Amino acid sequence: MSLAVYILGIVAALFTLGVVIESLRRRHLRERHAIWWLAAGLVALVIGIFPNLLGIVAGWLGVTVPINLVFFLSIAVLFLVSIQHSGELTELESETRTLAEAVALQELRIKELERSLAEALGPKRNP
Amino acid sequence: MMGGMSAALERTLIVMPAFNEEEAVGAVVREVYATLPGVHCLVVDDGSHDDTARRAEAAGATVLRLPINLGVGGAMRAGFKYALAQGFDNVVQVDSDGQHDPAGVTELVAGLEHHDLVLGARFAGVGEYTVRGPRRWAMRTLSGILSRLTGTKLTDTTSGFRASGPRAVALFAQHYPSEYLGDTVESLVIASRSKLTVAQVPVAMRPRAGGVPSHNPYKAAVYLGRAGMALFVALIRPPVLVPKPVAAG
Repeated sequence: MSLAVYILGIVAALFTLGVVIESLRRRHLRERHAIWWLAAGLVALVIGIFPNLLGIVAGWLGVTVPINLVFFLSIAVLFLVSIQHSGELTELESETRTLAEAVALQELRIKELERSLAEALGPKRNP
Repeated sequence: MMGGMSAALERTLIVMPAFNEEEAVGAVVREVYATLPGVHCLVVDDGSHDDTARRAEAAGATVLRLPINLGVGGAMRAGFKYALAQGFDNVVQVDSDGQHDPAGVTELVAGLEHHDLVLGARFAGVGEYTVRGPRRWAMRTLSGILSRLTGTKLTDTTSGFRASGPRAVALFAQHYPSEYLGDTVESLVIASRSKLTVAQVPVAMRPRAGGVPSHNPYKAAVYLGRAGMALFVALIRPPVLVPKPVAAG
């Protein structure tokens, strides 16, 4: 492996980690959403620094071509993150639905309160 | 039960989900009030962009305005919540496009004396509403499965014309699906798995104000697929425990 590729691997991993940590710091990202990206970035960094590790782990797992392990893990992470997002989207939709109901019910209640208040205050308040 | 039909109607809330129905909603509300004395009518304006809310109000209905479009199931759950908060015993869903004949409400509400959920069925020999071809087969398959689940003969499970008794209102105020077909198909499964009793009564159904039911086999297949999906999801979910009916008085 050429030195350039070695450095590219490390820089890419550091960049990913940097983006995730900066997002966390600026509250763009909550911990529970960042955890997968942090884990992926850390694994990428470790493998970037010690490329031989990938071959060793692939050997343990019986993966003939080490790069396939990288693809497998990447897809697994993306898959899990997507599932998590879909789940949270569902939860948000259900919360939005409950809020919309609450808003509508309260709006109706306010309107009826206003009407009975206007009636109680007599006709002079009603132009 | 005491007091007869008019007392039962006074404890009944007609819920009409309406999305951009300014053409029809006013007339439907007026017809409901003319046909069913003593009944209360709630139009749930499901985020309409037109004059639906004002026309419904002008016709004398109470209007619940959802700030965003939630779909029929979403509008209905809001209606169930309103019924629960206002102390209504029964909720009858009536379409705001005039497809359902308000005269049928009396029979639906009468059915609530013995059952928790009463469906108004289109194919039970009354009225002129017919569906042919693949869509009919799709609906039949669905009805067969749901009949077995609920333990009663159902022929028109996708009918939106239905009455819910006190236990069903309490259940549906918490759990009423907003997915496409979830409001009709899945809600039946939820009800039967929560040990509510289901029945159907024949009602006349008018032709829809706009458009005819599709006879396209592709669309029928999609319809059956989505219904099957709704059914599958409903069956794998854990059953919902219904709160015990509160003793009256």
